Amino acid sequence: MSELLKVPTMAEFMAQGKQPEVLFWVGCAGSFDDRAKKITKAFVKLLNKAQVEFAVLGTEESCTGDPAKRSGNEFLFQMQAVTNIEVLNAYEVKKIVTACPHCFNTIKNEYPGLGGNYEVMHHTQFLKTLLDEGRLSIEGGQFKGKRITFHDPCYLGRANNVYEAPRELIQKLEAELVEMKNCRRNGLCCGAGGAQMFKEPEKGDKDVNVERTEQALNVKPEIIAAGCPFCNTMMTDGVKAKEKESDVAVMDIAELIANAQDL
Amino acid sequence: MGYLPNILFAIVLIFGVGYFARNVKKLIRNIKLGQDVDVSDNKPQRWKNMAMIALGQSKMVRRPVAGVLHVIVYVGFIIINIEVLEIIIDGLFGTHRIGLKVLPVSLYGFLIGAFEILACLVFISVTIFWIRRNIIKLARFWKSEMTSWPKNDGNFILYFEMVLMTLFLVMNATDVHFQAMNSGNIVSQYLVALFNGVSETSLYVIERSAWWLHIIGILIFLNYLYFSKHLHILLAFPNTYYGSLKPKGQFNNLEAVTNEVKMMMDPNVDPFAAPAEGVEEEVPAKFGASDVQDLNWVQLLNSYTCTECGRCTSECPANQTGKKLSPRKIMMDTRDRLEEVGKNIDANKGVFKEDGKQLLDNYISREELWACTSCNACVEACPVSIDPLSIILEMRRYLVMEQSAAPSELNNMMTNIENNGAPWPYNQMDRLNWKNE
Repeated sequence: MSELLKVPTMAEFMAQGKQPEVLFWVGCAGSFDDRAKKITKAFVKLLNKAQVEFAVLGTEESCTGDPAKRSGNEFLFQMQAVTNIEVLNAYEVKKIVTACPHCFNTIKNEYPGLGGNYEVMHHTQFLKTLLDEGRLSIEGGQFKGKRITFHDPCYLGRANNVYEAPRELIQKLEAELVEMKNCRRNGLCCGAGGAQMFKEPEKGDKDVNVERTEQALNVKPEIIAAGCPFCNTMMTDGVKAKEKESDVAVMDIAELIANAQDL
Repeated sequence: MGYLPNILFAIVLIFGVGYFARNVKKLIRNIKLGQDVDVSDNKPQRWKNMAMIALGQSKMVRRPVAGVLHVIVYVGFIIINIEVLEIIIDGLFGTHRIGLKVLPVSLYGFLIGAFEILACLVFISVTIFWIRRNIIKLARFWKSEMTSWPKNDGNFILYFEMVLMTLFLVMNATDVHFQAMNSGNIVSQYLVALFNGVSETSLYVIERSAWWLHIIGILIFLNYLYFSKHLHILLAFPNTYYGSLKPKGQFNNLEAVTNEVKMMMDPNVDPFAAPAEGVEEEVPAKFGASDVQDLNWVQLLNSYTCTECGRCTSECPANQTGKKLSPRKIMMDTRDRLEEVGKNIDANKGVFKEDGKQLLDNYISREELWACTSCNACVEACPVSIDPLSIILEMRRYLVMEQSAAPSELNNMMTNIENNGAPWPYNQMDRLNWKNE
């Protein structure tokens, strides 16, 4: 499979004197986390299938600084941001797509003030555009009629008011989209944001991801769909904690679409 | 002798309004203790937010039961207060129901009738509020920060409103001429029976007493505001006007940091160069916030606006899972500390005298700050555009940049970002390895 993936870098495009249509910002999770790498590959397969001329920064990419900023380390955040902006501006990047809502939010909202102005899209928005332009077709395949619930990532939903693109994609799979008690702007956090991903939670009587997973399990889904690598980890852990991993899968929207077409 | 009531009324009115004005001045002074922040942008959108969120109550009704009851009390209070205008004119000039002299009877009756219906609805709504707080015991009114004064404050306000509405209706019911007119006594006519057999003189005394107690009650309530969570009835308007217009995920970039980072990244800058002649080097006193004066004035306005409804806390994932963090407590602590600082300034002839206390640790613990997931649920939930998350972030900034006091796991994460550009210890050169795995 992997030999089929076409993943050109910005440096390669530059060497040929060409500009890609869009830069795919992979993010740290998408680059290093074993679960998230599968999401990255699924998205690349879709980009390849739709013949999108995209590029990645590869080894020139670095953390956006999101977890540092939300921990309170503004210095580290801005060092990361300014370094990344220098690279992006040197390549004259205009449009960025990313599968991580944290990278999405940071580059879209916090980079402009530091000199980085780009059109930034979440991968669900980008896939939706490909679909609307007829460059990508979505079939239900194995997900036809399946009960799928979508967990809104805080940094996509409340933070940036993107609620519909992921849902429209799920519906295109001819799946049965079921909503949790708390969804859209009332969606409950998975527990990973604000750099919580990298630390043990404070003392309490429950973990946030377990609470959220229980809300998801209440609507009896076969699949919990996510749009964020961190939510994905938290919900997967939650499903394991409830010993439901044989009944319920946690999958990114990009994986759902790629798998539906046996890519 | 004939003018004694008029003079007495004028004194009560001047004292009531004057004392309130004094406290409003203090309130403004305290809010201005905050750092400056530019909120002069996009005025049309700001007016629109104020019209929709404060005037139009658009976020209140997201919770329909509390929302609709609140709209009744809110509309009732605004409209019934038109009656206060008549009371003030009558009180100052010794007239009785001046409205009848300037308005046709039918219109006057219509107005008073509307007030009576609203007063009755307000009474019912406020009673339901009381039942929700004290009998049903909704969880958000019984969190750990809602003991002693905050708990009593909530009930006192409800009692005030019940008493004021009752006095208004009793005043109308015992006004013989008004009842004889039989226009506008839609509700009060049913109360007349309560006073059957009471002599006309006694009725007059009851009517006058209700009238006086009603206006004195309103003035007391007005002055109670400053000491109460109930300030939101005024501050909700400026607060929604000055509320953030940016996407909720956007946290501000600290300008002082930007300058330093730019200097570090610029190879042409001589770090040891003396600042140019006449150029004041702007070094901020500190990064982030450890006390209320480090916050900006909109954040301080937020704290006075909070009416402790607890919608934020009930939506907070940390609070829902038993962590110590409560966004409402963040706002209450900020306000209480600001009040303490204000009193300190009053006691020391206008200058703040170091009191060995601060917002951090003395009010808000580190455990609370580190429990936040920055999910913005509290910001979304607030019916009057308060942003507890921005205060949490400023205090984290102080902990990390001034005190290097982040939890050790976060320090590891940040060291990884510094060294290899990822929160985990992977080499940046391996970033594209997934392609061939």
